[in-house]
Amino acid sequence: MFGKLTLDAIPYHEPIVMGTLAAVLLGGLATLIIVTRMRAWGYLWSEWFTSVDHKKIGVMYIIVALVMLLRGFADAIMMRLQQAMASADSAGYLPPHHYDQVFTAHGVIMIFFVAMPLITGLMNLVVPLQIGARDVAYPFLNSLSFWLFVSGIVLVMVSLFIGDFAATGWLAYPPLSGLEYSPTVGVDYYIWALQLSGLGTTLSGINFIVTIMKMRTPGMTLMKMPVFSWTALITNILIVAAFPVLTVTLALLTADRYLDMHFFTNTLGGNPMMYVNLIWIWGHPEVYILVLPCFGAYSEIVATFSKKPLFGYTSMVYATAAIGVLSFLVWLHHFFTMGSGANVNAFFGIMTMIISVPTGVKLFNWLFTMYRGRVEMSVPMLWTIGFMITFVVGGVTGVLMAVPAADFVLHNSLFLIAHFHNVIIGGVVFGCMAAINYWFPKAFGFRLNERWGKASFWCWLVGFYLAFIPLYILGLKGMTRRMNHYANPEWQPYLVVALVGAVVIAMGIFFTVLQFYVSVRDRKKLTDPSGDPWGGRTLEWSISSPAPFYNFALLPQVRELDQFWEDKQNGVAYVQPAKYEDIHMPRNTGVGVVMGAFGAALGFALVWHIWWLAGVGLLGMIGAFIARAYDRDVDYWVPAAEVERIERSRHAQLQQFQTTQVAPVAAPSRQKVA
Amino acid sequence: MSSTALSAHHGALDGVSHGGDAHHHDDGSKTLLGFWIYLMSDCLIFSGLFATFAVLANATAGGPTGKELFELPYVLGETMLLLVSSVTFGMAMLNMHAGHRGKVIAWLAVTFLFGAGFIGMEVYEFAHLVHEGAGPSHSAFLSSYFTLVGTHGLHVTCGLIWLVVMMDQMRRFGLTDATRRRLSCLSLFWHFLDIVWICVFTFVYLRGAI
Repeated sequence: MFGKLTLDAIPYHEPIVMGTLAAVLLGGLATLIIVTRMRAWGYLWSEWFTSVDHKKIGVMYIIVALVMLLRGFADAIMMRLQQAMASADSAGYLPPHHYDQVFTAHGVIMIFFVAMPLITGLMNLVVPLQIGARDVAYPFLNSLSFWLFVSGIVLVMVSLFIGDFAATGWLAYPPLSGLEYSPTVGVDYYIWALQLSGLGTTLSGINFIVTIMKMRTPGMTLMKMPVFSWTALITNILIVAAFPVLTVTLALLTADRYLDMHFFTNTLGGNPMMYVNLIWIWGHPEVYILVLPCFGAYSEIVATFSKKPLFGYTSMVYATAAIGVLSFLVWLHHFFTMGSGANVNAFFGIMTMIISVPTGVKLFNWLFTMYRGRVEMSVPMLWTIGFMITFVVGGVTGVLMAVPAADFVLHNSLFLIAHFHNVIIGGVVFGCMAAINYWFPKAFGFRLNERWGKASFWCWLVGFYLAFIPLYILGLKGMTRRMNHYANPEWQPYLVVALVGAVVIAMGIFFTVLQFYVSVRDRKKLTDPSGDPWGGRTLEWSISSPAPFYNFALLPQVRELDQFWEDKQNGVAYVQPAKYEDIHMPRNTGVGVVMGAFGAALGFALVWHIWWLAGVGLLGMIGAFIARAYDRDVDYWVPAAEVERIERSRHAQLQQFQTTQVAPVAAPSRQKVA
Repeated sequence: MSSTALSAHHGALDGVSHGGDAHHHDDGSKTLLGFWIYLMSDCLIFSGLFATFAVLANATAGGPTGKELFELPYVLGETMLLLVSSVTFGMAMLNMHAGHRGKVIAWLAVTFLFGAGFIGMEVYEFAHLVHEGAGPSHSAFLSSYFTLVGTHGLHVTCGLIWLVVMMDQMRRFGLTDATRRRLSCLSLFWHFLDIVWICVFTFVYLRGAI
């Protein structure tokens, strides 16, 4: 009836897990009670869960990602604490099996359930607004992608309390991840969580490619498209080209574990090294999938806050495309030591160094954009400058390790750990924080508080260096990654400093939460009546904040890059049209939620070998999808009168705002915090 | 400058009543482009499996080789069923463009029979191999063989379910924009699987039998 699932699967004997469970249950219960008290279920269901509006889906992605950031960061603090304690005679407080799950969960969560949804959320929120579209190409698929991603998260969270999680490292190399060495359900949770959310990611990738290729507003040729949308396009091409490989790789591992096959086993002809090749053919493009949209966000921010057009737009586009191509030609640098031979290693080493050239082009473009600009040190700009410095350090250590001979010494050491955190925190996390601060007003209609935003930035920046410079040093001293305990007491002081750094980062996260709280509280004071709080250049700033659900009452006509900036310069940015037209919009649907729920049931059932439930889950998913094909009431028209009413009140608000401003087009007043 | 920008906005306004539709739902070109991109991603799934097969094809671990197992005439029969089903699907599409609903459904039914015949033969072949003691757990070669061919078979099975749904939708809704669009996608899918099978036939069976 319940497959392998028994009451023993709940780890009663582990006080840390049980304490977390209690906290999660209490927190969850409190949330349920609050939502019920506020009678908000109907609102949440009809306005958010079933929404096919790209802006709301984007916001949901980002909220879920930030919640998962807390989980992933809790894992990080636990590891730092363990390593700060577990020197010489002390065993620390985490037993090895638990510690191994913690570092695996940390990596999986941070990449798949924090970084990925952050960039997917940002692309959802921004891309259609930037290209002058009213939604994405397939609004229902967009909702489905989100809920598949949520079902993956559900599995990861459930694994904490029922059974265990993979203890293999975030890429689950076999033969360790095979049935022989990982007989528990941990790897199965890993597989199905990634397959579900990966399916959602692939669908998102297709959706955004078509959106960008087919739905740009009249006149917006590809070379007049804002850079963020360009990076989004390349990222989604990479998604569609890379994620199927992940799907295959995990499917083959699944076949080994469930069907007694021999792809990656030590016996009967299996080849574990093939797994390592396959997973990195996905894995290396993945890091560019994460960082390219952040590069796009930095580009928008640098231009906006330097009050100048982006330097070298064309080279920026070509650099992005070049990085996209090269990202598929460097995967072997993740395992130079596997023994592919000197020539193969040399090829991949050189390709890796070459990829730093287009990245360097980008960096100089940002610097030249700032050069002689009137740079305004706003919160997004601080994150951007922090990124430029930090990312260069990470890039340099990366090029260092691209030398195969150096990699033979440094591979698998904490130097590597420091390197990739340097580029992922410095590039992706900083970029997402910059982008959230930058585009928040467009989603909610008010700006984020600057003071706590700056406090958060400084804590992250200082905390990052405190936490990871010691790891660079330890790596050079020979400390390997993933150690539960070490015998050399000389290493301990460095690890204590790293722990302090992690605590400083924790303060940064706390200040971000505080920033949200204070901003919501002071939303009247922080309101954005113009829709253009920063003196923006691209189309998303031409409409109201928050954006109306149909985005653009009339599709804007584009003749140049930064059309909105040109319109403002010429005083024609806010011309009210003579008449409006009906607007065609997609209807909300609960099918995505239903399919996500069946997907979570399917995944859980497969983990525990509950075959009947797996059948229910699979048939439920297929059935819901087919039922959707029979629903012919999937769209509706917004009458022109309704559009006119909304737009008139927007223009009235705009006029009122402009009369109170000295210079209507220039940067509006903002609280200045030293 | 200001007047041109103004008129540009009005130009956009004029375009909205018709051109605006082109930017919205039920526009076949968008769906077809998206489906092409999906097919390319599926193609990458197969290329991953082909690459795996290429690496493991000789890893027979002392067990049976392809030469000992594959019966080319039988596989040729399978192949013919699938190839003919592509022709019959083509007939369905021709009738769709001519607007003959009844004939579309009839040709889809014929396509379904050929497709089901293919799947039936494949299942029999698999069962036969397992019965002979050459199941997927006997060597890396057999694992990769069963997975590659089975993944293709799974795709054809999905195609069969989709065919049934489309026949029913044709019967209920007739040749609407939506059903035409979906049938066009299914047609792409079906021919795509045909091409993949030709690769399977060549690289797995012909190469294996040599």
